[in-house]
Amino acid sequence: MKAPDLRQRIEKANAEGRMARIPFLTAGFPDKERFFSALRELDGNGADIIEIGVPFSDPVADGPVVEEASRRALENGVNLPWLLESLASLSPPLKAGLVLMGYYNPFLQYGLGRLAREAARAGAQGVIVPDLPLDEDSPLRDVLRPAGLNLIPLVGPNTGEKRMAAYAEKGEGYVYVVSVMGTTGARDLLPPEAESAVARARRIFPLPVALGFGLQNPAQVAGMKEKPQAVVFGSALLRCLEQGGSVKDFMAPWLKG
Amino acid sequence: MKKGYFGDFGGQFVPELLIPPLLELEEACASILPSPEFQEKLGDLLRNFAGRPTPLTRCDALSGELGFELWLKREDLLHTGAHKMNNTLGQALLAKSMGKTRLLAETGAGQHGVATAAAAARLGLGCSIYMGATDVERQASNVARMRLLGARVIAVRSGTRTLKDAINEALRAWIAEQSDTHYCFGTAAGPHPFPTLVRDLQSVIGAESLSQIRERAGRLPDAVLACVGGGSNAIGMFYPFARDPAADGVRLIGIEAGGTGEPGCYNSAPINLGRPGVLHGQYSMLLQDEHGQVLPSHSVSAGLDYPGVGPEHSFLASTGRVKYHVVNDASALRAYAALSRKEGIIPALESAHALAWVLDNPGAFSAGSLVLVNLSGRGDKDLDIAARHLPIMQGGEA
Repeated sequence: MKAPDLRQRIEKANAEGRMARIPFLTAGFPDKERFFSALRELDGNGADIIEIGVPFSDPVADGPVVEEASRRALENGVNLPWLLESLASLSPPLKAGLVLMGYYNPFLQYGLGRLAREAARAGAQGVIVPDLPLDEDSPLRDVLRPAGLNLIPLVGPNTGEKRMAAYAEKGEGYVYVVSVMGTTGARDLLPPEAESAVARARRIFPLPVALGFGLQNPAQVAGMKEKPQAVVFGSALLRCLEQGGSVKDFMAPWLKG
Repeated sequence: MKKGYFGDFGGQFVPELLIPPLLELEEACASILPSPEFQEKLGDLLRNFAGRPTPLTRCDALSGELGFELWLKREDLLHTGAHKMNNTLGQALLAKSMGKTRLLAETGAGQHGVATAAAAARLGLGCSIYMGATDVERQASNVARMRLLGARVIAVRSGTRTLKDAINEALRAWIAEQSDTHYCFGTAAGPHPFPTLVRDLQSVIGAESLSQIRERAGRLPDAVLACVGGGSNAIGMFYPFARDPAADGVRLIGIEAGGTGEPGCYNSAPINLGRPGVLHGQYSMLLQDEHGQVLPSHSVSAGLDYPGVGPEHSFLASTGRVKYHVVNDASALRAYAALSRKEGIIPALESAHALAWVLDNPGAFSAGSLVLVNLSGRGDKDLDIAARHLPIMQGGEA
């Protein structure tokens, strides 16, 4: 049986009356071994899709937690060839959908055609590149599409309707809505513009909407009138792993919603 | 050509959240910048606040020794001590015309930070400067100048704690503060429209040089040199020559910083020693490892200490219009001492790299040639570093 695509995975969760859960984990963090055990535990504890962060020396869209994780991963010798090779040899394969999230330069230096081929072989279904806006993304999109991978668009509170519509025309998989005018990192409260960005994206995109940046618990989205179809959480999970916490405990509150 | 590109180089590789302020800036560059009112105000600031035009100085002693004429464009005499002010006054005035009330900027050695703080103070704008924690420590006097001029200096503790990381942090801050804040980018690099905006504001250097040398020497120079870090003083000098058909025969030479010059040492010479990649919003030559991770850079001159370079330089290197060479720390220090002793001018260590190439390669210029070097800044800021390397500064023998 063919594995469900990213969009179908989110729609399946929604059909069960819940938002899809998309944890983010930096590759090779806290170390190479614990990264793979955390990946397994996420897969066994309700992750619908897992975003794997490909570390980069200069992560401009990230806050301190993801940046530090990225730095540690690079110190641990993490690189794209290692990551894709290791993912391809995972047995049994993960049940959750896999998405690679990384800055453009490591992908570019690896070779975009090679990336499409090897990412597909590694079981990835999508790619997110936080520093590759619409106007620059055709070289990557053109090689990902034939390989069956989605290039996930990233939009935010200051992305207007026209620009969203331009993304919507090309977008695939789901649309990632950034909740704050800032970088990644857990926050206690989401700003009011997060809700209007979600509402706008839901209206304009024919794709499911995933809300990310700043999320650490389900209560943050509970009060929203128009909820996203999926939630992404990264920094809070990394911090939990860093402090020796268990993935199962971390995922527990998200499993209730 | 695709918007914001110079041949294959340039672009706008930034998070989507930065696209709206970049579009707003692009719009302002098209509508406000060329207007007579803006140009009049900027001209007034450059003349009566910053001290333009800067002189062209013939180096009599060195010319005698070299057997060809060596001239300097004296950007070291511009207010705050370097060419940076051409850019910051232009961007501050533009920001004010756009209705922004604050500037934020990155700085390495602190020259751009000081020039931004001075422009902000003059125009009544708030100012935040992001500076690597390592640079904050080693450039204490510039930190003090910025604070005195009213700027808030934020020490950046991530990554290599230098210029590259200061730019990362400034970009992050701009995401959050874009509604009332303009990012006053310090060099002709970064996402479109900065490479073009900064080049246009710095082109006053080359434009003045063209008319001054015609008037003083009665002809165009045979060669024009400038140091290249991010590349703003160089592009400001080269661009008017590169676009003037009458200057087709003028050799344009950019000098990158080679660091200590030991094999495999960290350096700041991405055009000569790097390969194309994406950093800080642009596709350009870049120092990086095999996996596309950005390498630390090094140069004795803090202002050249950057792993990337503006995209128009990568383009001009690819077409061959500008030749780029490498000068190492020791050569630059020798030129720093030579210009001080022989011409009575203490050059910035950055500018000393360009001068050093001329002094080290006199055979590259035929007898009677006219060689113009952009002296982009003054060297007082480098006294401490130079003193560590030059015995004469401790009263020793030269």
